[in-house]
Amino acid sequence: MSESIINQPHNETAILLENISIRYRLPSESIRTFKEYMIRKVQGRIKHNSFLALNKINLEIKQGEIFGILGRNGAGKSTLLKVISKVLIPTEGRVLTRGYLSPLLQLGAGFHTELTGIENIFLNGTLLGRSQNEIKEKLDEIIAFAEIGNFIEAPLRTYSSGMQARLGFAVASAWQPDILILDEVLAVGDLAFQEKCFERMAVFRNSGATVLMVSHSIDRLRSMCQRAMWLEHGEIQKIGAADDVCDTYSAALQN
Amino acid sequence: MKNSAMIYDSAKRKHPAIEEFLALIRYRDLIYQLVRRDIVARYKRSVLGIAWTMLNPLGTMLIMVVVFSQVFQTAKNYPAYVLSGVIVWTMFSQSTSMAMSSMVWGSQLFHQIYVPRTSFVVSTILASMVNFVLSFIPLGLIFLITGVPLRPSALLLPVFMVFLFSFSLGVALLLSTLAVFFPDIADFYPVLLTAWMYLSPIIMPLDFYRKILNGLLLYINPFYYIINLFRILVLDGFVPHLQTWGATAFVSFGVLIIGWVFFCSKADKFAYHV
Repeated sequence: MSESIINQPHNETAILLENISIRYRLPSESIRTFKEYMIRKVQGRIKHNSFLALNKINLEIKQGEIFGILGRNGAGKSTLLKVISKVLIPTEGRVLTRGYLSPLLQLGAGFHTELTGIENIFLNGTLLGRSQNEIKEKLDEIIAFAEIGNFIEAPLRTYSSGMQARLGFAVASAWQPDILILDEVLAVGDLAFQEKCFERMAVFRNSGATVLMVSHSIDRLRSMCQRAMWLEHGEIQKIGAADDVCDTYSAALQN
Repeated sequence: MKNSAMIYDSAKRKHPAIEEFLALIRYRDLIYQLVRRDIVARYKRSVLGIAWTMLNPLGTMLIMVVVFSQVFQTAKNYPAYVLSGVIVWTMFSQSTSMAMSSMVWGSQLFHQIYVPRTSFVVSTILASMVNFVLSFIPLGLIFLITGVPLRPSALLLPVFMVFLFSFSLGVALLLSTLAVFFPDIADFYPVLLTAWMYLSPIIMPLDFYRKILNGLLLYINPFYYIINLFRILVLDGFVPHLQTWGATAFVSFGVLIIGWVFFCSKADKFAYHV
């Protein structure tokens, strides 16, 4: 399908970030009511402090690359993933992604406890942007992968939390993505199921999907990624080969 | 690369109102699922189930008839008049209130995954339209009992429903945008609704309002154009002048366009708002 791509920066670019900044405006005193807002507006007493969650991020990830993001809590890792998965529109800068993007960040988004497993598969699948026909095609596979068994016709409130998480993963990972976004909180279900999850992700990787992963575990990133980035206070500290970045980051953690 | 035609480029976005409309068409299956969820979830755990949709307006009508039939003795076909007003008002007031709370639910989701921002409001209004159609059953029943004939003009109801949908959606979009930034709008809206209801010819006869300021109170009330068209079609039983159609179309599409553009211009900020 590459002939359909015109006027794009590079054909092999999967993710492109140009000068991305995210600025949250925090009202100096939090104004939570309309009445208060109107009074202060009239008095001219609305001040905003801005907070830069991301500051001029430039990043290009090629198709098929496995890229890791390191950083402490609050460094801006999740914000960056939100920008790439279209949840946050950047305050400044440009973001481009090419292909079907599967964010395995929030599994089971929008699950409803009164609906049955099958109904929730359709609800969750359409929330992820799939059509009903696409879901129908994958339905048996999703049910089998989630290991829900006869419960699939029962309301979700009768499910254990493990079953809900398995169903969420099964739906979110049912379609081969071009870009896979992984947050480390992907410890779903018991060990055997986790094994299945990793297997499936390996299949995606091997078939050429671009993988973007966030982890606190330096060792996991080092073993899986080719390139990595260290993010601190919304700014890139270092970007390069995974080994180098991991070394620098762990050295910084020691201090 | 099977999906490589799917490109998201924040530098090449169209006008937010157009972008949102195209996204909603792509996510049409989601709208269907959300409407279905609203209807199924609402009735699954209640004994009388979907019957409540019909019993609620009937109950309200009965109370109004008992309370007011002595006061408005002159009003012709009062039960049918009240019920026709009540079902349209119920659709409007309930759908707009629920759309607001659906945004509260949805805003959690807006922080997690991308979905067209209007999906929850649109699906809530659509689910209410389904309930509105169901409330034709008690209305027909009262027509039958009180001997009000149903004339062919009622066949034009689908056109009316497009207007009712547009008007409710427009108001709901305006309200939900405000409610994201100011949650107290949700507390204030029921008060506004009560005032609005008494200012509209729902319970009290039309003549009562015509006497106030030469009918000015009616003409500045957008809801009057909605309810007026509905009563002409089902109660009076004639096809109104083009002028009446035009006024209703102007009001309902106008409110929809204002609401849509306002919502979409603020939608990028929803995920920023913590």
